[in-house]
Amino acid sequence: MTTNLRIAFLPLNDVAVLAAARERGFAEEEGLSLDLLRTTSWATLRDRLVYGQVQAAHMLAPLAVAVTLGLSQQPAALAAPYKLGVNGNMLVMAKDFAAALDPDPASRIADPLAAAHDFAAAIGLWRRKPVIGVVHRFSSHALMLRYWLASAGVDPDRDVVLRVLPPSLTVEALHAGEIDGFIAGEPWGSAAVEAGLAETVAVGERIWQRGVEKVLAFRENWLEENSETVDRLLRALARAAVWCDDPENHEALAQLLADPRYLDQPSDLIRRGLSGQIVARAGEAPIAHPDFMLFSREATPFPWRSQALWIYSQLVRWGMAEHSPENAAKAGGVFRPDVFRRALAGSDVPMPGASMKLEGAVASPLAVGSRKGDLTLGPDRFFDGRIFDPEQIDDYLAGFVQVR
Amino acid sequence: MRIVIIDDSGLRATVLEEGLREAGYDDIHIVPPRGAFVARLERMAPDVVLMDLGSPSRDTLEEMLTVSRALARPIAMFVDQSDEAMIGAAIDAGVSAYVVDGLRKERVKPVLELAVRRFNAFARIQAELEEARNALSDRKVIDRAKSILMAQRSLSEQEAYALLRSSAMNQGKKIVDVAQALITASDLLGGGL
Repeated sequence: MTTNLRIAFLPLNDVAVLAAARERGFAEEEGLSLDLLRTTSWATLRDRLVYGQVQAAHMLAPLAVAVTLGLSQQPAALAAPYKLGVNGNMLVMAKDFAAALDPDPASRIADPLAAAHDFAAAIGLWRRKPVIGVVHRFSSHALMLRYWLASAGVDPDRDVVLRVLPPSLTVEALHAGEIDGFIAGEPWGSAAVEAGLAETVAVGERIWQRGVEKVLAFRENWLEENSETVDRLLRALARAAVWCDDPENHEALAQLLADPRYLDQPSDLIRRGLSGQIVARAGEAPIAHPDFMLFSREATPFPWRSQALWIYSQLVRWGMAEHSPENAAKAGGVFRPDVFRRALAGSDVPMPGASMKLEGAVASPLAVGSRKGDLTLGPDRFFDGRIFDPEQIDDYLAGFVQVR
Repeated sequence: MRIVIIDDSGLRATVLEEGLREAGYDDIHIVPPRGAFVARLERMAPDVVLMDLGSPSRDTLEEMLTVSRALARPIAMFVDQSDEAMIGAAIDAGVSAYVVDGLRKERVKPVLELAVRRFNAFARIQAELEEARNALSDRKVIDRAKSILMAQRSLSEQEAYALLRSSAMNQGKKIVDVAQALITASDLLGGGL
């Protein structure tokens, strides 16, 4: 018997695993029929999930934490047993603004610390407080941008204006001069570069080498009551993710995502992010970023509790969440490695032995303890070299110089 | 009670505004979600904000509701979180509502119910328009196919139409699809019409 599941998404490259699960038969093999519902704002995606109009959603990881903590409209306990991707974001700035930075885009991207300091200097030269588009207050993009700006002494709440707008409106807003740049998932940064409106200033993968992006979020009670269906879905997604990671399939994947039902954008723009061939300035040769976006390798989908807690630490840092043991426990509990393990126990997916790890501590590929198969974790450093110990959140937070 | 409708489509906003006025609400403002709409909204200090759930500007609006100092109290989505039927109906109709915290729900509920009815009515009108538009373009396609048949097989208009219809019936397809296939084939073969 086929089980029908409704899943909401936003048109972004990292919906790839869900789209491939549906279009390439992985869901069908598990007796699932996926009804993928395109939405235009994170608010609507959230409401559809919270009020039960869909069973799952392609959600910003920080938004799942925020909804659970009651920070974004109707509070609801959400659960994320599966990460749909790691990395994939890009900061682009208007050409005029980028002119004040290192003229070579490749060296800007390679050295985020220098780029942040150049950016700080460029703020003073700009005709107004730079207006930078972010897709949501509770997005990995916004947290990453804040982290990066603050490293150069820029107060993201005082020295720049962060304007929230959905990814699909970013290019238009840049064109109209309403924003001076934006950070978003692909293909929107590439679209702005291609239109000759902006240049790449930073890529997520160089800010945090393995940055948490979208998760598959459920209402916690639905997840508990439908464990068998959840397990089948996770198995289908794990196989789809392997397919999406394979460079041989990137062309087919880009064409699939280009479909009007998904991104409705040109496939060659979509492919840049998938294959890590980043064109940083219109007309120039692409710069290779093989880790620009990951779907499967290195146990990418595994929801490390420490990553949910890193998100929590940043929400506390910026005064968005109140720091308390209860909140920390709630936030950490959003990521569900237990469900991941249960669902994929019988598969060949490498299974980490632990549920938490230090974040930012791996400098070069590292073989780690795994219940089965070989598991190598890729480098996961933050560009400033900080290491997040989920057991020592207070010390970690104390280590940041207050920019205010 | 001051109601602000944020809407891109002038028609839907008008349909909603009319309904609200008929029901006796007279302090209604329509704001398109463009440019500095957030600042306008702040100056208006609305009690209720109604918006299309499908509008991409919802994230922008919610951010403003979060950081605004001008709007004294936080604003919450929907009227009564326990009223699931109402919430379901609102989502189905594509209505999102933000209500000043503390406003009595008996006062807001009729507004929301009316918005749901009007949004549904608007969706029906849209569907009908779309249908009419399709019918019009279907007609054009069929007319072109007819003229190809008339020229190439020396048929009368009725005969050409009868031929299209019987082919469609035999193939279990719509007439417009058969006509489209004919036009494509004719273009490929350089039929010149």
